[in-house]
Amino acid sequence: MGMMERVAVTSDQPLLRVEGLTKRYGSRIGCADVGFDLYPGEVLGIVGESGSGKSTLLSCLAGHLRPDEGAITYDRRDVLAMAETERRRLSRTEWAYVHQNPRDGLRMGVSAGGNVGERLMAVGARHYGGIREQAQDWLGRVEIAADRIDDRPAQFSGGMQQRLQIARNLVTGPRLVFMDEPTGGLDVSVQARLLDLLRGLVRDLGLSVIIVTHDLAVVRLLAHRLMVMKGGRVVEQGLTDQVLDDPQHAYTQILVSSVLQV
Amino acid sequence: MSDYNFAYLDEQTKRMIRRAILKGVAVPGYQVPFASREMPMPYGWGTGGVQVTAACLTPEDRLKVIDQGADDTTNAVSIRKFFQRTAGVAVTERTTEATVIQTRHRIPEQPLTEGQILVYQVPIPEPLRFLEPRETETRKMHELEEYGLMHVKLYEDIARHGQIATSYAYPVMVEGRYVMDPSPIPKFDNPKLSDNPAIQLFGAGREQRIYAVPPYTQVVSLDFEDHPFVASKADHDCDLCGAADSYLDEVITDDRGGRMFVCSDTDYCASRRAEGHVGRLGTDERAA
Ligand SMILES: Nc1ncnc2c1ncn2[C@@H]1O[C@H](COP(=O)(O)OP(=O)(O)OP(=O)(O)O)[C@@H](O)[C@H]1O
Ligand SMILES: [Mg+2]
Repeated sequence: MGMMERVAVTSDQPLLRVEGLTKRYGSRIGCADVGFDLYPGEVLGIVGESGSGKSTLLSCLAGHLRPDEGAITYDRRDVLAMAETERRRLSRTEWAYVHQNPRDGLRMGVSAGGNVGERLMAVGARHYGGIREQAQDWLGRVEIAADRIDDRPAQFSGGMQQRLQIARNLVTGPRLVFMDEPTGGLDVSVQARLLDLLRGLVRDLGLSVIIVTHDLAVVRLLAHRLMVMKGGRVVEQGLTDQVLDDPQHAYTQILVSSVLQV
Repeated sequence: MSDYNFAYLDEQTKRMIRRAILKGVAVPGYQVPFASREMPMPYGWGTGGVQVTAACLTPEDRLKVIDQGADDTTNAVSIRKFFQRTAGVAVTERTTEATVIQTRHRIPEQPLTEGQILVYQVPIPEPLRFLEPRETETRKMHELEEYGLMHVKLYEDIARHGQIATSYAYPVMVEGRYVMDPSPIPKFDNPKLSDNPAIQLFGAGREQRIYAVPPYTQVVSLDFEDHPFVASKADHDCDLCGAADSYLDEVITDDRGGRMFVCSDTDYCASRRAEGHVGRLGTDERAA
């Protein structure tokens, strides 16, 4: 059986299915009636103005927030019915979460090597030399020099911190990665480098990704499919190029044109 | 006679503490919250241990109190006096004769026996505290057995020092379930925690926690396959009694750099000397 066929077969089933997902903060809507399928190896971009519910949705998906209504099915498992132990285990193994602010996703008091090694140790790695070797390897893959392995993240630049956070998340070979504005606080040139890196990793590792961003250039580069949110609801979704080049919804049209003017 | 209730604490409080102790014994290594009382001594003096001892003592008990292995330090002497005054119990310096031993920083060298109770004074009960300051999060980590962070701490040790440099309060896994801080005993003592015939109780006053290692419980020191746990001590024999197997304190003997190594467990050392064992700088003290 050829490679293409195998991909086609495994891609039959969505890795993640979201249906009717709603989260309210009191009477205010966080996100409402969100539904989509994410297939293995697929990158879904979520865009929308500030307050449109992107982070709320991502937090619900990653299990940081409990939605009020709806269903989440991961690899045929009902995520919302799962015991917390099982869900947290997933978060440490098959899922990863990259925060906008690397400080939220790193242990600032622990060396770069320790940060990368934590997930390995969390799933039972008990060989120091092996852990260090893998940490070193991952630092290399995110372009951090090997001799920085014992430095703390505070001694790193913002871009390096973000790359360290990515290494720390990917070291256990997750299948599904959540990213909330991963290029958010970075300089434009640093952003570009990070994007290239992310694109390479996503492709090489066959990751499924849900990435929240303000930046349409980011989705253009990374996302296969795009979801546009406004006021907590999905107003449009489809293939990225289609949505960006031929937006149907009035709001998307404004969003796209406003970016083109920048 | 004293004006105090037996062992200072009122019966209600002792019952509350005993319930916490029983729960701790039932769930080895689990930190049980309890309503710590003000004791007539500062927190640093081991009020948690004192309250546990108070709740355990009966008029028939014989109490030994040690601090860093010694019966004659200020801390040990005042706690011992406290219970003599408030409970009127017999006291001893002999490990073998004691029914209850309160300790800070050591486990006696003399193997303990069934029926004995060893009470530890604990400053910080939470082993995960170093890397995760949030109490809600550490509680969750214990509940879900998410202990990867303990190894991160050991990893950092090796990365920085080339070996696991933690030499006190070395973290342990109790009965394959809870990670526990054994209080600031030297890691040399860690193997004695395991499979011990005595009841081991841990009291943290300021932090209001009690935990326990019941008799014959498996206690394993955390480590890496390629950096295994070693119960190390100074590479000397005791200069007074010649013991090669006991934990040693280094003592400066003069201002010209003279020093000697002596057992930190004073009772162990004295007993050996009384039996005729003599170290490099000792004299034969066998009772004539
Ligand atoms: N903890 C909260 N309590 C109350 N309301 C909240 C909370 N978090 C978010 N909201 C509200 O929910 C809505 C969606 O917010 P969310 O943070 O998900 O938006 P976002 O799309 O991520 O915005 P941004 O682009 O600014 O990060 C907003 O109206 C917001 O004010
Ligand atoms: Mg947001």
